[in-house]
Amino acid sequence: MAVNNHTISVLVSNEVGVLSRIVDLFSGRGYNIESLTVAPTLDDIYSRVTIVTPGDDDVIEQICKQLNRLIPVIKVANLSIGEAIEYEIGLIKVNVSDENRAEFMNIVAQANAKIMDVSDKIYTVKIDGDEKQVQTFAELIRPYGIKEFVRSGRVAITKGNQFSCFKNKKEETKICANAAE
Amino acid sequence: MNKVLYSGAQILLKSLVKEGVEEIFGYPGGVVLPLYDALYLQDEIKHYLVRHEQAAVHAAEGYARVSGKAGVAIVTSGPGACNTITGLANAYYDGTPLILITGQVNSKLIGGDAFQEADIVGITRSCCKHNYLVKDVKDLARIIKEAFYIATTGKKGPVVIDIPVDIFNAKCEFIYPKQVELVGYNPTYKGHPLQIQRALQALFEAKRPVIISGGGVVASDAHRELKEIATKLHIPVVHTLMGTGTFPDNLETSLGMMGMHGNYCANLTVSNADVIFAIGTRFSDRITGCLKRFARDSQVIHVDIDPCSISKNVKATIPIVGDIKNVLQTMLEFLAKSHHKINFELKDKWFNDIVEWKKKVATPQKLSDRLSAITVLQTIYDYTKNDEPIVTTEVGQHQMWTAQNFKFNQPRKLITSGGLGTMGFGFPAALGACVAQKDKYVLNIAGDGSIQMNIQELMSAVDYKFRVINCVINNGYLGMVRQWQEKIYNKHYSQTKITSPDFVKLAQSYGALGLRVEKESEIIPALKQAIDFRGPVIIDFVCENFEMVYPWVLAGEPIDKVLLSRDEV
Repeated sequence: MAVNNHTISVLVSNEVGVLSRIVDLFSGRGYNIESLTVAPTLDDIYSRVTIVTPGDDDVIEQICKQLNRLIPVIKVANLSIGEAIEYEIGLIKVNVSDENRAEFMNIVAQANAKIMDVSDKIYTVKIDGDEKQVQTFAELIRPYGIKEFVRSGRVAITKGNQFSCFKNKKEETKICANAAE
Repeated sequence: MNKVLYSGAQILLKSLVKEGVEEIFGYPGGVVLPLYDALYLQDEIKHYLVRHEQAAVHAAEGYARVSGKAGVAIVTSGPGACNTITGLANAYYDGTPLILITGQVNSKLIGGDAFQEADIVGITRSCCKHNYLVKDVKDLARIIKEAFYIATTGKKGPVVIDIPVDIFNAKCEFIYPKQVELVGYNPTYKGHPLQIQRALQALFEAKRPVIISGGGVVASDAHRELKEIATKLHIPVVHTLMGTGTFPDNLETSLGMMGMHGNYCANLTVSNADVIFAIGTRFSDRITGCLKRFARDSQVIHVDIDPCSISKNVKATIPIVGDIKNVLQTMLEFLAKSHHKINFELKDKWFNDIVEWKKKVATPQKLSDRLSAITVLQTIYDYTKNDEPIVTTEVGQHQMWTAQNFKFNQPRKLITSGGLGTMGFGFPAALGACVAQKDKYVLNIAGDGSIQMNIQELMSAVDYKFRVINCVINNGYLGMVRQWQEKIYNKHYSQTKITSPDFVKLAQSYGALGLRVEKESEIIPALKQAIDFRGPVIIDFVCENFEMVYPWVLAGEPIDKVLLSRDEV
């Protein structure tokens, strides 16, 4: 079976140790984490964890089930099934000489990137988009001399109103029960 | 009106009483002093003092597996808590409901490397179902309520509650919650009716069906439903080690244990089945053998309360997530309404094959004039079977011989470490079994290696006059490992020859009864004496050293490749 990266969105209770429970599950069972993003939701009793993980369909199914088994995990959704909007951010420091400046600025403009800071001839650029867009931009400006490249994990949300929010706790419970099946 | 305030220690004990706890196992220490003080001042809960924290958890597990209630153990922080890991992992694997209370250093000292501090929530995370660190005495009652709920529902398992010493001393009102609110924890009990209907249809159409009954049937208390389904649909039943006793061994359609040391017949039946109805089993490697060649051409109906168990190792064609008792009851309702006529003739053909396979059994081994372990166990079984004692085992050859030679017609009679395979489990588990069923004797079948892993519990057993009869199959080796060395490692008996103390004198020095048996004629007199003794016994059965466990499917081989004697390659 084909091994692909999947984006798993996990809604958890915002409590001490919940992240280690998730990370322990991955290391303990031999799964990989490509990237990881965690932040509280608008209601700060919950947090959203977005995990990018490689695996074939069976492995991903098992990962979702195992995540669901953790007590503080409220909801697990594999956003790679169906359409989702995926987003990452890259922050890049580039050493740009005067003669390259115009060309560099051109690439930045074309890629919809943004100069965040210029000091001591070091340009700090922000690029956002899906994984490929961030990667492509980095490759484009690599010849100018990347001094530092900092990249966020992925955040993602489904299109439409499928998984993005719960109306109330009852609905959550219902959805969880369904997910378990 | 003045509010009545209770200390955390008192709240803990009051909560345990609310949960119906009457007996607990434990070992005191520095940070649990306030708790032990509160215990001293009450008489609703009886505390059993063990000699090692690992034994406290195994005893609680033995108690839980016999009684069906959650077992409870209390230990101190640091080393006390660390000693419980094996017990927790064992209970987690075998799905036994347990509550482990660990003391913790003062909450203000946590993280500062205080004396006897260990990050027990971190350490136990992967070997328990859930764990808590209590940071506010006001949360304590709620956490205990949740812990019991989590431990005893879904796939059951151990829950750890880590309580700092200052929380034991802090005071607040005692309000025990009536309900739990856990948004992220909702086990599915009712199986999907359509799936159950599909499963029933597949079983109707099956020409060569078989039921695999696992430990989940015990946990869900569904053996009656299982028997009804199997009888009505005329399907043979095999069981896993953990499923022992779920289907009466004395029925003709009972094919016994399957797996690495399962019956030839059971393994062949599963291998040749067209529909496998797997109930409450994880499909561990010990029962599937080579996974790629397991159930290649059969449909697999898999019922389990834990969605993770389904399609983890063996892909299920018809998965059903739900409580086994509930699912089987629904299936029986559908069956009652159905107009389908069971084609007994079609299945009789299948039973003809099975009868043939039943004839193939392991070849008897006669290696010397010394006692045969198999004879010893058969004699013990015959002599005690009318008493239907609880049987606990340690792990190794004696465990498999027990599973093969004892017949169990009820669940919760064989208490053994299935998943983790913990040597040293049986004896402390037997203590728990004694507490759970009072007064009756318990047989602990042990090896000379295993019994030495928690031998210190002889003292606890003497103190409480527990009638545990330790039958030590003493063959001078770590027999199961030696067996593998003989077959696979060119008889390089690396570190498996093991010496033992004089078990008779050892028993006497603890105040227990010690007996030695070297001849067949001595077996029954020794058992008689042991059963009459009002306390723990060790019977040292001095056995042939090189007996092997057959049938045997070598690791990684398909389960129909069953070796029945040394001569087979």
